[in-house]
Amino acid sequence: MRGRTILTRPKTQDPRPKTQDPRPKTQDPRLRDLETRVFRSPKLSQFGMRGYNPSGMSEAIAGIIDEKGKVRSGAVVPEIDRDDLIRLYRAMLLNRRVDERMLKLQRQGRISFYVGAAGEEGAIIGSAFAMQDDDWLIPCYREAGAAFLRGYSLKDFTNQLYGNLEDEIKGRQMPCHWASRELRLASVSSPVGSQIPHANGFGLAAKFTGRKEVALVYFGEGATSEGDFHVACNIAGVFKAPVVFFCRNNQWAISVPSEVQTASETYAIKAKAYGIEGVQVDGNDVLAVYQVTVEAAERARRGEGATLIEAITYRQGAHTSSDDPRAYRSDDEVAVWKKRDPIERFRIFLVDQGYWSAAQDKKLEEELNEEIQTAVRRAEKLGPPDIETVFQDVFAEMPWHLREQLDELNETLNSEVE
Amino acid sequence: MPVMNIIQAVNDALRTEMRRDERVVVFGEDVGKFGGVFRATQGLQEEFGSERVFDTPLAEAGIVGMAIGMSQNGLRPVPEIQFADFIYPAIDQIVNEASKMRYRSGGQLSCPFVIRTPYGGGIRGGHYHSQSPEAYLIHTPGLKVVVPSNPSDAKGLLISSIRDEDPVVFMEPKRLYRAARGEVAEGDYSVELGKAALVREGGDITILAYGAMVPTALDAAEKAAAVDGIDSEVLDLRTLMPYDITAVLESVEKTGRAVIVHEAPRTCGFGAELAATISEKALLSLHSPVLRVTGFDTPFPYTFESEYLPNERRIRKALRDSMNF
Repeated sequence: MRGRTILTRPKTQDPRPKTQDPRPKTQDPRLRDLETRVFRSPKLSQFGMRGYNPSGMSEAIAGIIDEKGKVRSGAVVPEIDRDDLIRLYRAMLLNRRVDERMLKLQRQGRISFYVGAAGEEGAIIGSAFAMQDDDWLIPCYREAGAAFLRGYSLKDFTNQLYGNLEDEIKGRQMPCHWASRELRLASVSSPVGSQIPHANGFGLAAKFTGRKEVALVYFGEGATSEGDFHVACNIAGVFKAPVVFFCRNNQWAISVPSEVQTASETYAIKAKAYGIEGVQVDGNDVLAVYQVTVEAAERARRGEGATLIEAITYRQGAHTSSDDPRAYRSDDEVAVWKKRDPIERFRIFLVDQGYWSAAQDKKLEEELNEEIQTAVRRAEKLGPPDIETVFQDVFAEMPWHLREQLDELNETLNSEVE
Repeated sequence: MPVMNIIQAVNDALRTEMRRDERVVVFGEDVGKFGGVFRATQGLQEEFGSERVFDTPLAEAGIVGMAIGMSQNGLRPVPEIQFADFIYPAIDQIVNEASKMRYRSGGQLSCPFVIRTPYGGGIRGGHYHSQSPEAYLIHTPGLKVVVPSNPSDAKGLLISSIRDEDPVVFMEPKRLYRAARGEVAEGDYSVELGKAALVREGGDITILAYGAMVPTALDAAEKAAAVDGIDSEVLDLRTLMPYDITAVLESVEKTGRAVIVHEAPRTCGFGAELAATISEKALLSLHSPVLRVTGFDTPFPYTFESEYLPNERRIRKALRDSMNF
């Protein structure tokens, strides 16, 4: 994770070059009311969606539920049955409560590090819900919610945080760097954007062997500045790779705001140059994210190529447990976005539909709290993996030099040298 | 047995594996219709079609990144990086991603693929068509590095590399591409990774070499025997990670002396690792310090490449220095 150095940055230092962003603060699109206009965009019609245009930008943003949880005028609610809607809600709420709890554990020194997703659950879980079980999800490091939705257990997740003897990846990575081959969840790494080119390989492997899988890769808007993003979109365009590039535009790459990341009008517009489809969606609207991602995935499945989805959302918390966002952004900005919270508005929608009640919500909160408590208590009690695991899985078979280094370590541990 | 050069042997290995295993796919810059700038993939697209042999956009990180995804999703990719000098844009993908996938996923995922790349000097290629970056790669936990020196090994080692469960960088000595010719068995055979080959027996001193330095070392050994009366043993390492420690120690313990030859710069080159390991494990067998004949710690020069590269004269001087210590 690149967040480690942020606390050493002097708080007075403005990360933005002085010449950037001449717009007065009130012009900041992040602070504008997203409700300004609703219209049908020709581009969005390909996604079966209506859009609204928050800031006079040329492309409309896809949306279904507004910030108050009401269905936007003329919007078509996707056909998702009640149980699945509740499943979505549960995964979002679980993600939020897990993050709150684990960040506390980190503050108490019980785990070393944590990456939260508060505010981005709609984008993460709505997109994962749109994919089929045999589609690979290639995560960045903020998509635990997608893993939970797929069935990745809280027990496995928590064991990974502790790097204990039941950790599936054997205590080898920092917290939040999980993987599950069984659930088709690729392995999390920290370098930004390096996972994006893998999506082409996952997708094309399926295409070349006649399987109808699609690969969805997650990344933040900061990653679009990396070469790997351009390389991957370009290759996807050339080969019509069955890939969905899912950009969580959460407005901040650690302390660097979106306008220092790109001079493009939007991130989605970058798709045009690569000959792939691009679309913006309200990332805090789980149903809109789902709808746009389903369309993108089905396009890919039909052999029509890749889509770059820009989900406009907001990182309500810190980049990771290693930084303090108060050093680089205003409380006002955070407050504006908290009013657009994806969970709250989806809850209102569910209640309005008659699918959910305050009593059910209370019960669910209790249930989640209990689940989290159980997983933490259990994971915390388990010791570390066997020391030999340090040397295993470097290669399929342990070569002589690693065997020798393992013996050397064991000898030292068993010796009288203190 | 047919006589082939290294390019033909590489082509034969690819063809053999692609016929045997439909998961094997070949891609990179110019490898499709054109058959590669060195023609190593010539005729493959014709035989196997453009879904299994194809040109890619010019993007090394994208090529390797694609191989990483494909290899985790059921294929056995053999991407080509046109020159080892151009591998650096893909280094993050190789070092942080491919080589770590098995480890960081707790053994759930892995990246069995082979990057083929021509390396080394002696073709008047200047700094950007002559480098030997093996040390960067050997230093990467989780990555295997293989360097053949002749056509028969090139085929057998490439076949083993494609069948290996770990990512392999297969470095082809481009100076020998057409210069090294020899008999190559037809059809399917493999040469085990991690095993050196004893290419000249001798009692006085051990020369450790690999790739394009093997024939140079052999020439030096012959001349040293004829002119200087020094009887050298020459070991072709063939696999650099993991290398054949047993063969190295057996030879050095027999001769008591070692000279290591490689094209790459000296400091932190693979010779440094070999010298350190020999001193740790065979100090009491040594009659003289382990010496290195290597490229210099300079960028690869154009006009003076034959002075930069270890040559017969430099190797013979080291043999004499070691014997006269």
